[in-house]
Amino acid sequence: MKEKTNLPVGEEAIRLKGWWRAHRFLLLRRLSQGFFLLLFLLGPWFGLWWVAGTLAGSRTFGLLPLTDPLVLAQSLAAGHWPELTALIGAAIVVMAYLLIGGRVYCSWVCPINPVTDAAHWLHVRLGLQKGWQPKRHTRLWLLGTVLAVSALTGSIAWEAINPITMLQRGLVFGMGFAWALVALVFLFDLLVSRRGWCGHLCPVGAFYGLLGTHSLLRVSAAGRAACDDCMDCFAVCPENQVIAPALRGKDGETPLILSPDCTNCGRCVDVCSVDVFAFTHRFDSHIDAPSSPPERSRHSAA
Amino acid sequence: MPAAMPLSPQRRRFLMDTARMAGGCALAGGALAWLARDARALPADALRPPGALPEAEFLGACIRCGLCVRDCPYDTLTLAELGADGPATGTPFFTARDVPCEMCDDIPCVVACPTGALDPGLRDIDEARMGTAVLVDQENCLNFLGLRCDVCYRVCPVIDEAITLELSHNDRSGHHAIFAPTVHAEHCTGCGKCEKSCVLPEAAIKVLPMRLARGAPAEHYRKGWEEMEEKGGPLVEGVIDLPDRLPGPGTDNLAAPGGFEPSFTLPASPVPGAGE
Repeated sequence: MKEKTNLPVGEEAIRLKGWWRAHRFLLLRRLSQGFFLLLFLLGPWFGLWWVAGTLAGSRTFGLLPLTDPLVLAQSLAAGHWPELTALIGAAIVVMAYLLIGGRVYCSWVCPINPVTDAAHWLHVRLGLQKGWQPKRHTRLWLLGTVLAVSALTGSIAWEAINPITMLQRGLVFGMGFAWALVALVFLFDLLVSRRGWCGHLCPVGAFYGLLGTHSLLRVSAAGRAACDDCMDCFAVCPENQVIAPALRGKDGETPLILSPDCTNCGRCVDVCSVDVFAFTHRFDSHIDAPSSPPERSRHSAA
Repeated sequence: MPAAMPLSPQRRRFLMDTARMAGGCALAGGALAWLARDARALPADALRPPGALPEAEFLGACIRCGLCVRDCPYDTLTLAELGADGPATGTPFFTARDVPCEMCDDIPCVVACPTGALDPGLRDIDEARMGTAVLVDQENCLNFLGLRCDVCYRVCPVIDEAITLELSHNDRSGHHAIFAPTVHAEHCTGCGKCEKSCVLPEAAIKVLPMRLARGAPAEHYRKGWEEMEEKGGPLVEGVIDLPDRLPGPGTDNLAAPGGFEPSFTLPASPVPGAGE
């Protein structure tokens, strides 16, 4: 183990790049999450009805319809053929996420993300064990289950408990006891399962992951030759199984993070003190040549 | 020849994992189905917006976006909140006694609905059937007590069709009329204005969902008088319609079998103005 591995996560990056640059994408993400929430709150709070509705379905400037494709898929499974407005709205959303990566929804839009991020932060602070770790593909099974239950009951099943829409609708329309569901997710991530909800169970994330399988926007470990094995990217990544194939790839293997699980959150870009990672597109598989003779002792470089 | 090949550890493990996952999903799915089905029990005082599909279909069509609520100019509609309201969480409803439906001509809630959970085929708000008003408490209704309240009748947007005042004799006072508010379900939109405006502390007239408000005619039951009207004559040819033999003065069957004689007769009273 490298000496640097024992440094607190991100310390090296903060020292070399400054605090702001070492938290650039985290801050941008929080801004984005706040922005998408604020869009829906402008109406009820300030009477500015630029965007009306919820994440499940909305109308922007009285014109642009957007529909959550998973909600619509459940509606279809339940046996309802929706009107054209909802179909167009879903098509627009699908198109956007096909381009930028489905799970961009998870890290840049979803209001539950700050909740589970907070749970993870506290989880680390308290030094808790990672707890129950169901397989990553459990969420895909749950996605199938949700669609099956929708078909069997003839209702949009996941919306009965979906904490994402519950929280967002709660903030925009009225909370009721939806906060209890959000608290459950927080406690689950804190006490039962590290990164359990978003990383292993949430069927919405699974759906958006499938949507972004071939997306254009990708993170590339183009500077992997400079990697000094500090392991900080593995520590901050919410889906850290996606990093190794790109970062530890042998010569000739792509530096692109191509796993649909990657949420394009950009924390690896932030936290890397030697700027291994960068956002790029999926056809850009160039690898930076090592600038100086590598001082590291990686087997693959030997 | 080798003995029966034991399952390879990987295969055994794969099968075990898959079985475990399927079992977990069946459990989770069962719980979810129970929740989703449980949400179907729409409370009796929660009314869906105009044009809403029947409840079972509505829950498969409504994406809980709230656009109908946003476009309702009278803030009639609200989205059900988890644990606080009865209907499925996030679905639109209104409570007639709080804010009734104003029956806008352009039906903006239906126009706003992106999925068709509110049927865009509804163009005329008078065709809406959000429920049906029922005068549930004749014992407290002021009109039934013989007073002239009439408020439910006056506020009805389909006055004289959905609610009429039916006159009858007031037996209590002996010389007044009762103007009974009477709902005709075929014209009632279920807007709830009558329930909202009922002057009593608890409304005597309430809008109920169809399933509670109405019976259903038996399919096999054919009404003779309708059949006759349709046919324009007696249903069975050649039936002789004998004169009805009723008891009473002017008939001769008072003592006939099956007939009866009154047990007493009123003493003959002098007819006023007969000049006696």
